[in-house]
Amino acid sequence: MSDGPRIAVVTFPGSNDDGDATLALELLGAAPVRVWHAETALPEGTAGVVLPGGFSYGDYLRCGAIARFAPVMEAVSAFARAGGPVLGICNGFQILCEAGLLPGVLRQNRQQQFICADVTITVESTASAFAGTWKVGQELVIPIKHGEGNWYGDADLLAPLEARGQIAFRYADDVNGAVGRIAGVTNEAGNVLGLMPHPEHAVDPLLGPTGGVAVLEGLLDAARVSVAH
Amino acid sequence: MKATVLIRPKEGILDPQGEAVGEALRTLGFAVTSARVGRLVDVELETDDPAEAETALAAMSRDLLANPMIESFTIEIGDDA
Repeated sequence: MSDGPRIAVVTFPGSNDDGDATLALELLGAAPVRVWHAETALPEGTAGVVLPGGFSYGDYLRCGAIARFAPVMEAVSAFARAGGPVLGICNGFQILCEAGLLPGVLRQNRQQQFICADVTITVESTASAFAGTWKVGQELVIPIKHGEGNWYGDADLLAPLEARGQIAFRYADDVNGAVGRIAGVTNEAGNVLGLMPHPEHAVDPLLGPTGGVAVLEGLLDAARVSVAH
Repeated sequence: MKATVLIRPKEGILDPQGEAVGEALRTLGFAVTSARVGRLVDVELETDDPAEAETALAAMSRDLLANPMIESFTIEIGDDA
């Protein structure tokens, strides 16, 4: 087993990118640990958490609305409050927004269609714990696959996010109607990151673009710092 | 007692589903200027006390049934609900 940082990958009923997230983290040298949603604690030595993509609870009510009440989410919230790095991908991003750990909400795509495509996103801010090696303006090609990825926050919410550098990524092109073409945001402390694109699907050149490496490496960097403290 | 919670997209909030429904209705020849699509949740509560029910329904609407950032909700209580 890898001696890299231990990353808890949470599986909710209906998660379906937990396996790919685990494989991608292994590929990058992390030691991922699968965690079932009904657990009330994270594994000992957890240095980072991934909430993966999928359709938790069938997307019933609103995407992520029910998963935020899963037993494991209290432990994830406590981990985040203590400064531990948490990465939410797609449905994981939706869950973090519903849980209030990230600002805003993901609405239905403006065009009413599920979109599955490789898209270019741009690093907008290096203010977070994930951004040690990122450069503002850096372009990453990463696939998206979502029906509800249209990030929304009103002007009162958005202005301070922009000012504090909490907009992590923007889509190069408007793909789903998201306010400000926002593809990913962080919390104010910079230790919780959510994005709609799927970095775990973009780490192996054999399978296409590799823009996901920088994002997941960002999590690993943040996790190494989190362990050191 | 029985109750119904109606959840609607807030005014001014983009509602792609409502727009698609409105467009479909116009295609069918109905003179529709706008349609908005919300959600309805019928709830049966253990309590028979309307005030207690109202408090509980407001809390469950805020916590789970609606996302106050983009949705509003109204509560109807009673057997007619």
